[in-house]
Amino acid sequence: MKARTAVLWLAIVLLTVLPLWLAGGAAFGGADDLARQAVGALAPGYEPWFAPVFEPASGEIASLLFALQAALGAGVIGYWLGLSVGRERAGAQRRIDVGSDVGSDVDGDAD
Amino acid sequence: MHIMEGFLPPAHALGWTAVSATFLAWGLRAMARDLRAYPQRRMLFGVAAAFAFLLSALKLPSVTGSCSHPTGVGLGALLFGPAAMVPVGFVVLLFQALLLAHGGLTTLGANVFSMAVVGPFAAYAVFRVAATLGLSRSIAVFAAACLGDLATYATTSLQLAWAFPDPVGGIGASLARFAGIFALTQVPIAISEGLLTVLVVNAIARFEGDELRAAPVFAHGTKEAA
Repeated sequence: MKARTAVLWLAIVLLTVLPLWLAGGAAFGGADDLARQAVGALAPGYEPWFAPVFEPASGEIASLLFALQAALGAGVIGYWLGLSVGRERAGAQRRIDVGSDVGSDVDGDAD
Repeated sequence: MHIMEGFLPPAHALGWTAVSATFLAWGLRAMARDLRAYPQRRMLFGVAAAFAFLLSALKLPSVTGSCSHPTGVGLGALLFGPAAMVPVGFVVLLFQALLLAHGGLTTLGANVFSMAVVGPFAAYAVFRVAATLGLSRSIAVFAAACLGDLATYATTSLQLAWAFPDPVGGIGASLARFAGIFALTQVPIAISEGLLTVLVVNAIARFEGDELRAAPVFAHGTKEAA
């Protein structure tokens, strides 16, 4: 089980890193932007009829906001993982403490 | 997969908004019903939403030499049903439209439809088919998340092709062009999302198995271990 998890993680890292090497020298721009250029080619006369209400002041500010979005997500997942591992450990510890007392509630219910 | 602000003609923008609004209303009711029936699942719902938040912020490089991001909505669709993921995808896309100028308010309906409607429903359908075929849970989860992700990008390509048909080749030629940008770029990223979703489902099965017996991913008869 542990080994399989490690292999999955390795595959994810390779899938992410290998493109940088395989398509070396490419611009790695956003696909959204390429689509906008394609619209320009298909319908040269098309003018966007609405502008974003707020645009990040620069690429730096945009990456700040993207990092914030990722951090919010990762934070919640990390909190849950930490809580779950702690709960599992506490449950295991209690099972050891309780020993042969079969009738008692040994579930580590932390809610 | 964001169609940029103002890049859909008004009639298309309005049509997708109406369709997505209907799904959003249904999704809100489904989500509320599930959380009322199983209050202990609230935390896990937060995890599923956080997964979508995290993944859709990661712009990953692809073999085509451009970048795109996973969607993360497949996980929640397998845990809480596809309808419950519509509000989650809506919040993610609204955040990006308002703060990042990624996507937009006029294209929100179209983007919600591809990422928060087609993605989760495709993932759920793939999982049900895989479960019926008797595949192992890991394979079924992988296929569901991976194909759900690809379905989102195929939908975006179709939406753009419909709005901007090629002057010579029509919608078909235009679809090939947009799919070359979106769907092709997405292939390795969708595989990554599939693998990552398997890892998270394994963790949830280990830590929260009891609370989720009734969740689609655990209830529909896939084998526990591959």
